[in-house]
Amino acid sequence: MAAVTDQFAAPDVPVRKTPMGTFDLVFRNASLAAALFVLVLLAGIMVSMVVGGWPAFREFGLGFLTSSVWDTQNEQYGAWPAIVGTLSTALIALVVGVPLSLGIAVFLTQLAPPWFKQPVSTAIELLAAVPSIIYGMWGLFVFVPLFAAYVQIPLSNLVEGMPVVGTILYSRSPSGLGILTAGIILAFMIIPFIASITRDMLDQIPSVLRESAYGIGATTWEVVRHVLVPQAGVSIIGAVMLGLGRALGETIAVSLIIGTTNGAFSWSLFSGGETFASKIANNAQEFDTPTKAGAFIAAGLVLFVLTFVVNAIARIVIERRKAFSE
Amino acid sequence: MSTTTQQPQVQPAPIPALATGRVVRNRIASVLVHLAFAIAVVPLVWILYSVLRHGWNLLLDSGWWTHSQRNINPERVGGGAYHAIFGTLAQAFVCAVIAVPLAVFTAIYLVEYGRGRFARLVSFMVDILTGIPSIVAALFIYALWVTTFGLQRVGFAVSLSLVLLMIPVVVRSTEEMLKLVPNELREASYALGVPKWKTIARIVLPTAIGGIITGIMLGLARIMGETAPLLILGPYAASINTDVLSGNMAALPTMIRENFGLPDQPAIDRMWAAALTLILIVLILNITGRAVARFSGVRK
Repeated sequence: MAAVTDQFAAPDVPVRKTPMGTFDLVFRNASLAAALFVLVLLAGIMVSMVVGGWPAFREFGLGFLTSSVWDTQNEQYGAWPAIVGTLSTALIALVVGVPLSLGIAVFLTQLAPPWFKQPVSTAIELLAAVPSIIYGMWGLFVFVPLFAAYVQIPLSNLVEGMPVVGTILYSRSPSGLGILTAGIILAFMIIPFIASITRDMLDQIPSVLRESAYGIGATTWEVVRHVLVPQAGVSIIGAVMLGLGRALGETIAVSLIIGTTNGAFSWSLFSGGETFASKIANNAQEFDTPTKAGAFIAAGLVLFVLTFVVNAIARIVIERRKAFSE
Repeated sequence: MSTTTQQPQVQPAPIPALATGRVVRNRIASVLVHLAFAIAVVPLVWILYSVLRHGWNLLLDSGWWTHSQRNINPERVGGGAYHAIFGTLAQAFVCAVIAVPLAVFTAIYLVEYGRGRFARLVSFMVDILTGIPSIVAALFIYALWVTTFGLQRVGFAVSLSLVLLMIPVVVRSTEEMLKLVPNELREASYALGVPKWKTIARIVLPTAIGGIITGIMLGLARIMGETAPLLILGPYAASINTDVLSGNMAALPTMIRENFGLPDQPAIDRMWAAALTLILIVLILNITGRAVARFSGVRK
């Protein structure tokens, strides 16, 4: 026994006494502390929004969400127009933006030649980084006048007097601003975002699937529709929801373009309106005393809950897809 | 090999042409997709073109980069954007100083140490933080800084809300890069007797540093364009202010807003020029970040 161990015993290797040195512990705890801090931060946001917004809810109850009166003088706050504005702009943004994003993604992955695909993909990712105030500026100074001249006025003249379409598409004073325009600008903002993610998803599908489909004689469109989209389908939904989350929270561009509202509710797509984000932004000047900020923090709370839910669903959907395909 | 049998040539059966319906649908879909691409890309390119066209000539003036807007009325031509550029860069720098260590260590925790439900919770929450609208982050810092602590609205408060927005971006990208470092590298290090912290600090991090820098630059680009925190926490100032802890500090987005909607041509020019400056900074950060990723570190 002794002879065997002697043969293999290394001469001078110091035996480590503790499995983890002291600095190891320090380092580990530092990382843990950082992770905890991030959690604390998020919890802090939730708590402070609830605490700040609670008085408004306590005073008005659910009326905060259903009333249309927002009067700072008389301390009457109702956020219903904001809800309508937020949801309708986001809906318009999705309706316009998602098909275009999917079109871009499909085009880049299936139809574009390789020399075209790489630079354009990079370009689209760079476009996603353009600050939203730039979109707002362009929207207001370039898009809105053109929209008013070429779309809004002709459309108004066309549908004047018609029963249903007349109310939705009619605008009394066509300025180009309004919910529809804001929704369209929002769509342009989320297109690069959704397109990049969808393109990544489509690229990750193993080409074996595509090639087998082509091999049995499918046309390009059939491959896209019956093979690629079902395969990436759930992740596309996740990407769309992420885009929706961004659209809900978008502040600056929307506040510039959505125009003003006098509180009266109108079915017209061309009427002005407000979203939670634009409401808070437009009144930010008054935030120098905390008393006025109360109701706006409540509005911020609603916005936070909305985006939280949307993002949570998106992540769960994407995670489940990832786990399923691994 | 036998020389006898010559198999009669078998003619392959002619491939039947595709059903017309399928061909037509394919054509229509192809046209629609091309159209969608054009419709979507045109406005995006148009935006960049508009800003470039309206803003470029003010940028050529060296005064733009060295002067502020002090004593400049909307009708007067002159002055520059130095105060705003400084403000944007300073606030971003302060934000990075706070956010980067926090984010990198969080990512280290998630990849190297975290196991089980707590790590999954943290990961989930980081994802949620990614989606928080900037205005909500700003409201939170407002509630904390102004309502609770009663402090003034200064540049530092803006940086704090930007920290909230930068952390998730850097955590995610650092996490991705750390995961890409091959495990064999770590195991070789442990086998040599290197303690865990040293493995992470001297081997894993340097390997992943390229991607981490990319993540930081992309995060910086994102926060420099955020306007909502500036609206709530950072009122505009026309003069140069180098103190993050007191007084109003200008930034490019608020400078844009300051000149917004005014009828005077000089103001309009300044607005577009400020927008172009902002886009340039953001794009340069993005492109440099991607270049760093491409030329260094672990490849996918």
